[in-house]
Amino acid sequence: MPKKKIVSHRQEMPRQDPKVRRHNFDEVALGYTMEQAVTEANRCLQCKKPLCMDGCPVEVRIPDFILKLREGDMWGSVEALKDRNNLPAICGRVCPQETQCEIKCVLGKKFEPVAIGRLERFVADWEIKQGVRAPNPQQPTGTGHSIAIIGAGPAGLTAAGDLAKMSHKVVIYESLHAPGGVLSYGIPEFRLPKSIVRTEVSYVESLGVEIRLNAVIGRLYTIDELLDEYDAVFLGTGAGLPTFMRIPGENYNGVYSANEFLTRTNLMKAYLFPKWDTPVKVKSRVAVVGAGNVAMDSSRCSLRLGAEEVHIVYRRSRTEVPARAEEFENAEEEGVIFDFLTNPVEVYGNDEGWVTGMRCIRMELGELDSSGRRRPIPIPGSEFDMEVDIVIMALGTRPNPLVFANAPDLKRTRRGTVEAIESTGRTKKERVWAGGDIVTGAATVISAMGAGKRAATDINAYLENNKGPWWPE
Amino acid sequence: MYRIVSRESLGASTRLFIIEAPEVARKAKAGQFVIVRISEEGERIPLTIADFDREAGTITLVFQETGKTTRQLGSMNVGDELSSFTGPLGKPTEIEKYGTVLCVGGGVGIALVYPIARALRKAGNYIISIIGARTKDLLFWEEKLQSVSDEIIICTDDGSYARKSLVTEPMKELLQNGNRISRIWAIGPAIMMKFCALTSKPFGTPTIVSLNSIMVDGTGMCGACRVEVGGQTRFACVDGPEFDGHQVDWDLLMERQRIYIAEEKIALEKYEHNCKCGQTGS
Repeated sequence: MPKKKIVSHRQEMPRQDPKVRRHNFDEVALGYTMEQAVTEANRCLQCKKPLCMDGCPVEVRIPDFILKLREGDMWGSVEALKDRNNLPAICGRVCPQETQCEIKCVLGKKFEPVAIGRLERFVADWEIKQGVRAPNPQQPTGTGHSIAIIGAGPAGLTAAGDLAKMSHKVVIYESLHAPGGVLSYGIPEFRLPKSIVRTEVSYVESLGVEIRLNAVIGRLYTIDELLDEYDAVFLGTGAGLPTFMRIPGENYNGVYSANEFLTRTNLMKAYLFPKWDTPVKVKSRVAVVGAGNVAMDSSRCSLRLGAEEVHIVYRRSRTEVPARAEEFENAEEEGVIFDFLTNPVEVYGNDEGWVTGMRCIRMELGELDSSGRRRPIPIPGSEFDMEVDIVIMALGTRPNPLVFANAPDLKRTRRGTVEAIESTGRTKKERVWAGGDIVTGAATVISAMGAGKRAATDINAYLENNKGPWWPE
Repeated sequence: MYRIVSRESLGASTRLFIIEAPEVARKAKAGQFVIVRISEEGERIPLTIADFDREAGTITLVFQETGKTTRQLGSMNVGDELSSFTGPLGKPTEIEKYGTVLCVGGGVGIALVYPIARALRKAGNYIISIIGARTKDLLFWEEKLQSVSDEIIICTDDGSYARKSLVTEPMKELLQNGNRISRIWAIGPAIMMKFCALTSKPFGTPTIVSLNSIMVDGTGMCGACRVEVGGQTRFACVDGPEFDGHQVDWDLLMERQRIYIAEEKIALEKYEHNCKCGQTGS
């Protein structure tokens, strides 16, 4: 058999020009054409033991959907893709493939790995363009078991979809007025269009899942009340509580948590004010503190909302930036200024209570800390002032304790996360499972989906044939 | 969902709406609030629960038409539906037997102090109510408050009805005259609550206030509503809305209430313009 010549480079993703896109909320990455997709799909080696699948938290049948794609069997490709993943158009956009499936790709040892994420997006978008086909009719009450899911984010939607496919009755309780969790309130339109979120949420609903909006568990119902009504409860409420630095001046007008800034911008569509009612303040100079994906999103939203100069202020160096490489690059291309090894020590303001600046201190990197990164240490006497009129704190989030009202038996860690078995999602409270950021602390969409999937499998096993102890000794 | 079952005007700009929301009514307690969104494009605004009827499955809201959203809400009719209605949010009032309790309500705060006074009286407290407004037309629910109070004092700032004074004057007299007041609830505009807290502070009488900060989600997610109480940053939505009035940084609260004053003006002007042109206000 003649050896096939390997194309060393992957197909580039067409994107909006940085100079143009920094002024609009349209999607940045434009997606492959059919020709590009097939060319890229042809690079796949179709390994007998596909390592890429090991890297995927939901074990998408990657070689299968790529094979069908290059054979021109698009519906076959869709079917293979959606066999394990109910939200492929979302994952194709926001998963950090470079550290999951693509890092395992054998091609990557010598060349660039197959662009699995871009192909996933292409296939999912192709299906949306044709009109998503309703799945085979389900019998949601077929098993007689019912499950309440708390939170319509990535973990909850995944668990719900899988449990509905197993013919259980599933109801999701969502605190906000729109489903999606972080996909709706956090990730901006230009990275994940909300129409895509709506389409994929509708698909989950078409599997037989009911979503009850505006339902704040902990207030409207307690977990125990849900346990009276349902056979099982899955907690997927994420990590929605913002963190502040606890430095002087943080309550000046113009200091936002990234959560508030992004919720106003994305969920409440403040970029369409006054057509939409909710405003957000962006003046000429914005400082975003932190360098994760949320910081990148906040800085790029600020540009699009009209800021003249946007700084990302980060206490470590370029090497430690926790954001996805792609998002970091996008932000840089769009003109975000990075102030590395810099940490705010005070926010100051004027007599009307508005921010006018930030006092920062220069940092240097010392010994490795518990996270395996070099610890940032302030350089004495290096303080300097930075003139800014908006500050956005993007320092990470913690689980919201509201859901635990009247549930003292749900054991939590010191970080506020729920204690749960990783492989099953079981918590210390019987018939309550948990997964996603509420267990791990702020992580990724796909890891939350993986946790939702594992919990769904265990819930099904528990409901169908409950054997053995709830919590292993 | 969330149908308006009744509406009433309580003066020129104060409105009472009864909303069908059986699940919320089942759990609502005095001192809590809901987040309301009136249309797809609408903002999320917090409104304190003025009353609830568990059997009828309804929540009563009393609000003043001040900005775009409250104006538009005020223009809605019986049978119309709200886009979303989330609650009950915030911690309920701590109802206990304290002894003699002073309940002070100013403006719309009259409605908000009513369920608190009712619950406190039911718990065996002796209730003295003081209700006040800028002018007669802004005063309402005199009889309702009367029905849950052992004594009631009514005042208007301009003297157009009952006693001409601010609510702080009779409050001070009661505290001075040796009335054994164990606790005070003061609910109304920030400026009124600030002065009620200042009035009671020298007497050391615990004074509970309900902070009406700007909110988005109302569940602790965004931190828009942060206030400083006793030097600590707290979220009014989940740590409150009720706090010890003697510990609140009032100036900060009032500054933060003004963050979007320019945008509020733009939104209201656009709404009024659309109304004049015969469109619906969207």
